[in-house]
Amino acid sequence: MFNLAKIAARNLRRYKRRSLLTVSLIAFGVVFVLVFVAVTASIKDFMIAQITDSYLGALQIHRAGYVASIESLPLNMNLPPAAVSQIEKTLAGNKDIEAYSERIKFGALFSNFTETTNIRINGVYPEREFAALPQMLSRISEGEKSVRALEKGKMLVPKLLAQGFGAKVGDTVVVVATNKDGSVNGKTFLVSGILESATGPGGRDGYINFDDASEILRMSGKEVSEIAVRLKSLALVEGAAKSVRGGLGLGEKKQKGSVIEVHTWAQLSPFANIANMIDLMTFFIKLMLIAIVLISILNVMIMAVYERVREIGTIAAIGTLPSKILSLFLVEGFCLGLTGAIVGVVFGLAIIFGLNLSKISFNFGQATGLILAPTIAPIEVMTASLMVIIVSVLASLQPAFKAARMEPIDALRHV
Amino acid sequence: MSLIIAQSLSKTYATDSVEVKALQDVSFEIEAGAFLAFIGPSGSGKTTLLNLVGCLDKPTSGELQVAGIDVLKLDRRQAAEFRGQNIGFIFQSFNLLAVLTAFENVEYPLVMVQELPLAERRDRVLKALQAVGMLEQKNQLPEQLSGGQKQRVAIARALVTRPKLVLADEPTANLDHQTAYMILRLMKQMRDNFGITFIFSTHDTRIIGEAEIIYSLEDGRLVQREERGKANVQSSEDRGAKLAAL
Repeated sequence: MFNLAKIAARNLRRYKRRSLLTVSLIAFGVVFVLVFVAVTASIKDFMIAQITDSYLGALQIHRAGYVASIESLPLNMNLPPAAVSQIEKTLAGNKDIEAYSERIKFGALFSNFTETTNIRINGVYPEREFAALPQMLSRISEGEKSVRALEKGKMLVPKLLAQGFGAKVGDTVVVVATNKDGSVNGKTFLVSGILESATGPGGRDGYINFDDASEILRMSGKEVSEIAVRLKSLALVEGAAKSVRGGLGLGEKKQKGSVIEVHTWAQLSPFANIANMIDLMTFFIKLMLIAIVLISILNVMIMAVYERVREIGTIAAIGTLPSKILSLFLVEGFCLGLTGAIVGVVFGLAIIFGLNLSKISFNFGQATGLILAPTIAPIEVMTASLMVIIVSVLASLQPAFKAARMEPIDALRHV
Repeated sequence: MSLIIAQSLSKTYATDSVEVKALQDVSFEIEAGAFLAFIGPSGSGKTTLLNLVGCLDKPTSGELQVAGIDVLKLDRRQAAEFRGQNIGFIFQSFNLLAVLTAFENVEYPLVMVQELPLAERRDRVLKALQAVGMLEQKNQLPEQLSGGQKQRVAIARALVTRPKLVLADEPTANLDHQTAYMILRLMKQMRDNFGITFIFSTHDTRIIGEAEIIYSLEDGRLVQREERGKANVQSSEDRGAKLAAL
């Protein structure tokens, strides 16, 4: 093998410019893939974290059918106290779960005493909400940026609504809602803060204390519309969803007919489609890399065979077996791919490191000045490198077979 | 004992519309240790005959035994193995591998064909290079060598596998008179020392003058056999012992 590699390396050195060009092309492809994967993955991860950490959570638990009719915020589809208690017990015993927050959601009228509009109210326990959604605090653009913002009698008003109504921190507003029995109740609140939307313009979600919500809705027991769950890592989302479902006695099949439903963030957020598109783009970029490697290696190896016909005839004549001739050309392709992959990985990682050092900023939704911090998992580097090497060997197969099948007598006659 | 027995060998090449009879009904026997030339004008069938004996090609009809083996029954892989173990080749254009040094060129068949261990390879290559007087140039690439030096390296490569037979197709065609004569003397010396059978195809009068047996070919037919001198044929024991020293 060492001798094959030595001869292959010498042959590659013989055509320095061509080998260099091929290696550069492969390396360029590897660099492009690594940088693209690192940048898009970091942006994607950031966006997912922004969504899950600021309003959605990694998992959400509802009463069955609630998500399907979430636009009407039905109070008669809240989780009953017994179910809430069962869920809390299950969540507390799950090692993947860092925090969770129960919410009561309902539609209401929002008034500043001169104008009225509709609003979606989230009644939450502030400590739990801020623990389960740590980026929630960063969404408070004005006012108290602490759990005190959601003390009893205080309200976080969505920014667009506040702008439209001219509501400011310290103002008094009224929330009026209809409860399950159809009776209407209202309560005044002090605006404790203005809340930015998590993903951009829009959003009518206001936040009040859970106890205030219970009071407005005149709830007798602890009813919950949804429970947002924060995991120790987003990578655990599928496993955690499965284990929570298992803990609640919901099998994959049973989920359909059961009282409780567990959803991952991807099942709830349209951004999951964008994330999938990013993954699809990455896949196509990798396909491009394969095409680059395939074409350049195939080209260079075909040329190598045509240029060395007499040489192939000579080694075949002196007794080199066809399998050895095949190996000789495959090793040449392997060496080209390996060198290209190594050079590409080195430059790719250097560029990723450089991007981290240069601290490029970008905006996402209302969040501005975010720093681009591309990272790449070792498995991605390994995958790209292996892909290049395997494709290089595969691309060398056809020329190598051609060389191995050459009749020495014909090859020796070649001029 | 005959090293090569050929009976009624014929070879026809079929092109688009023309059939070319390169060899017609050629029969001969060659003893081990011969220093022999196939001569004749261009197109007389010399190279074709050499290719058949070298197991590089197969006749259209006839029988051929080399070193006691019916070589026409060998498949592609077996023929390659047979060549690697029994036949050395010397080409008109030297055909050294451009990327390998003189040492590595000679070493090549021992690595890639006979797969010998490193120490034995090194020992054999150094002795072969010494035998052809190329030890000092062992680290030079073919492009750094003269034509005569290249052919010496090619001879060393042909001999290093300890073949029973060396086939040389126009080995002096690309060499000047003095170098050609030197190469011929060297090959003859190798034959004398190691008992290896040397067969040439040539129309070079310098080789013809040195050959001990001459077969003349015309239009694919063997027309004459001439024996000029008694070949100093080694016994197989002598040959084995001397080859082992190479």
